[in-house]
Amino acid sequence: MNALTLWFHKIGSPPTFYRIAGALAPWLFGIAFVLGAVALYGGLVMAPRDYQQGDAYRIIFIHVPCAWMSLFAYAFMAVNAFIALVWRIKLSELLAMASAPIGAAFTFVTLVTGSIWGKPMWGTWWTWDARLTSELVLLFLYLGVIGLYHAIEDRRQAARAASFLALIGIVNVPIVHFSVNWWNTLHQGQTVRLMGESKISGDMVWPLLVMALATHVWFFASLFARTRVGLLELEGGKDWAREVALADGGGRS
Amino acid sequence: MKPGSTFAACTALVRRDFTLIWRRRGDALNPILFALIVVALFPFALGPEPENLRRIAAGIVFVALLLSGLLALDTLFRGDYEDGSLEQLVLSPHPLALLLACKVAVHWLTTALPLLVVAPLLAEMLNLPHGVLPVLLTALALATPLLSLIGAVCVALTVGMRRSGMLLALLVLPLYVPVLIFGAGACNAAQAGLAYLAPLLWLGAGLVLAVVLAPLACAAALKISLS
Amino acid sequence: MTDFLAMGGYGIYIWPAYAVFVVVFAIDAIAPRLRRRRVLADIRGKLRRRQAREATP
Repeated sequence: MNALTLWFHKIGSPPTFYRIAGALAPWLFGIAFVLGAVALYGGLVMAPRDYQQGDAYRIIFIHVPCAWMSLFAYAFMAVNAFIALVWRIKLSELLAMASAPIGAAFTFVTLVTGSIWGKPMWGTWWTWDARLTSELVLLFLYLGVIGLYHAIEDRRQAARAASFLALIGIVNVPIVHFSVNWWNTLHQGQTVRLMGESKISGDMVWPLLVMALATHVWFFASLFARTRVGLLELEGGKDWAREVALADGGGRS
Repeated sequence: MKPGSTFAACTALVRRDFTLIWRRRGDALNPILFALIVVALFPFALGPEPENLRRIAAGIVFVALLLSGLLALDTLFRGDYEDGSLEQLVLSPHPLALLLACKVAVHWLTTALPLLVVAPLLAEMLNLPHGVLPVLLTALALATPLLSLIGAVCVALTVGMRRSGMLLALLVLPLYVPVLIFGAGACNAAQAGLAYLAPLLWLGAGLVLAVVLAPLACAAALKISLS
Repeated sequence: MTDFLAMGGYGIYIWPAYAVFVVVFAIDAIAPRLRRRRVLADIRGKLRRRQAREATP
């Protein structure tokens, strides 16, 4: 077995992953926090006012990165779901299930910030345009995966069922997007044309990209934290988990 | 027909399902009754003006049938799960996907077909223009099997859960949205005098894909939930 | 400062949006910690009960 395969197998072992993820997670949270703060300063303070939308466009600095992450999280979940179903790797099951709530959080923030941005821009809290509607369906997909995972008692069977659902969902996402797009063209007369094509200046791009990076780092930080807990739940009877529980004592985090 | 052949197994399964449903044939009225009630509520909610109802008639009929179908989905596997025959089905040497396709077909014939028969009445209650009715029926004829097949996959994932009603609705919703969009969209286009063939063809394509893939997915899902 | 908060009149939209962002991810950070504490306490409890069972034959 060569070094890479050996490393891969070691990573998949619960106590090893628990330790490595535990060491990395605080750093990742820290980096995400710093990057986020820098991005927010750039977006709220340094970036100039947009000539069309005034200051309202500043919501873009959280809305767009969250939208990107809602899709990234689903793709990450689907890849791990596939690995979990085909190769039955415990760690992949847990990674897939841990991505779901994080992805749902990003989707929720995307929808809420999009709605809030919509009010001054289009005069309405909600509009059934293709992207917002597809994002809403994405939220339901996430909630379905989370709901199914928590409805089944056996954790490994639950992860397999929810992973299967996640894969069905990912096939469905392009179908939904396509159908919602068509549906919007059918009712073209009523829909308001969204944000006009305003050239986005360099001053506005860099906070967006930095925030995008920050949200990616945050995703992995949160993923590691949640997967560690999932490992403890799954392996509660094993020696390594007991040692962790006893070392933790009572009350300390 | 050779006893022990796959064809014999399918025929036996179909005959058994029909017999079981015939013994409780009163239950077949439930989806129809539910659809009638849903449709009847709308005039009370929106006012009886024909013009108002006419504009949303096709959509309401579609949603009413979708919801009735959702309620009826529960009966697809429940009886067999409770008496243990579902496990026997999964263990049988015959292709599970084929057996499940037969089950879904019988289920559609006994739950959705009656709804299709009632659909013109529902449409009339909402003043749907008569010219749109053929499009509505075609769209429903294509959409309801699609909904049954997609629904079967989701029911397979939640089989055996005691209170799976809400979870099932959550699971199928994202999958039902495109079907509803194309189905009701075709009717609305026809009503507005626009071209309506494209969405119907999309429904047809989806149905063909589902007929092939959904039983396979359903079999995989059952194997996961019953493991 | 008040200009910054007012955000050209759009402050009432921008600040709640950012608040939602911060609150949601604060919950995302805290929830796993709380669950971890509970799971570890569960494991300790099971261990104690098992040892008690084995101690009294």
